[in-house]
Amino acid sequence: MSYTGVMRPGHTCLRVLEMEPSLTHYVERLGMIKTGEDDQGRVYLKAWDEHDCFSIVLREADEPGMDFMGFKVHSTADLDRFEVAIREYGIDVERMPAGELKGCGHRIRFVIPSGHPIELYAEKDHAGNGLGYLNPDPWPEGLKGMQVNRFDHCLLYGPNIPDVVDFFVNVLGFALTERVLDPDSNMTGAFLSCSNKAHDIAFIQYPEPSKFHHASFLLNTWEEILHAADIMGMHNISIDIGPTRHGITRGRTIYFFDPSGNRNEVFCGDYTWYPDREPITWTAEELGKAIFYHDRKLNENFLTVVT
Amino acid sequence: MSDEIEQARRFEITISDSGDSFLCKEGQNVLLAMERLGRKGIPVGCRGGGCGICRVQVLDDGKYRTTKMSRAQVSEEDERNGIALACKLIPEGDLQIRPLGFLRNKLN
Repeated sequence: MSYTGVMRPGHTCLRVLEMEPSLTHYVERLGMIKTGEDDQGRVYLKAWDEHDCFSIVLREADEPGMDFMGFKVHSTADLDRFEVAIREYGIDVERMPAGELKGCGHRIRFVIPSGHPIELYAEKDHAGNGLGYLNPDPWPEGLKGMQVNRFDHCLLYGPNIPDVVDFFVNVLGFALTERVLDPDSNMTGAFLSCSNKAHDIAFIQYPEPSKFHHASFLLNTWEEILHAADIMGMHNISIDIGPTRHGITRGRTIYFFDPSGNRNEVFCGDYTWYPDREPITWTAEELGKAIFYHDRKLNENFLTVVT
Repeated sequence: MSDEIEQARRFEITISDSGDSFLCKEGQNVLLAMERLGRKGIPVGCRGGGCGICRVQVLDDGKYRTTKMSRAQVSEEDERNGIALACKLIPEGDLQIRPLGFLRNKLN
């Protein structure tokens, strides 16, 4: 498909309890690259195969969780168009000036019905992936730890999932790729794509608004997932579950926690989404298999441990 | 290294509801000590002081210190009442602890 409108998840800002162990985690273990720091003490990181100058922002705070998630849109014309459309939909829009996040052009920020602050922006400083654009090598040398390729998506927990889906589909132009229905046919889980991926953002019903379940990072192979798990063993990183397989999105995965209790995922292998596909539906009685395909049972921690 | 392990002080952690107990090495957090020994009694969540699943109350003026925990899970008043997250709770003597549990945590 040709990309217009919202292109991809561009960044997420995570609150951490202490910066130093968090940097060890994201830089030395996940293999992200520190690209900057601002006068508020926020630290900017990118994964090696991202071309913009940051995707993860860490902010030291008294409680962990997610401050906001941002998506990059294709052009400033798109950004202006979305600003009007979001206001017309009845959601307030706050303008964040260029440079408020170091290296990022102006952003528009709004709170979606699940309580999460979401942003759109069109411009971010270029950093490149270290390989150049002329006869490049396939990967750069000197990468650390798990060598995550890119920040890929977030799963967020909060109320009003059907309203969230309506907004993402009808205002931001996302597609619903997979959904979970409870016995009364209420949508309690939604997986949404703005691209060819099985998901760019996902939501699960939860009574408290604005909760963070995980930020996910892309790897290439199942072997790389095992390598990531070995690094977790080596450095006593708190593992949630895995390596295993999701029914939903088909992802091969392992979940773990950063030193402040924010959940991370490294995963590989979903399918290619096209907008002429029918969304997949998972029913409540098969939810165990939908989430963890091998165990086929609901994992209490996966459903309740959030920041 | 093995000498160090032999010489490390250990404190007895007793779960008040069940009377179960396990040993926690000096400098180690209570949740990790429980998990390493394959014991149960305190629910395990993120192990990073963030999610609040392992919230406990230390009873009878037990001596301990804590490392940084989420303020959303343990308020300053909670701290004065001996409430802590077991993953950030480092004993400095034998402790009696009462798990507060996820549900109770959410209702507080």
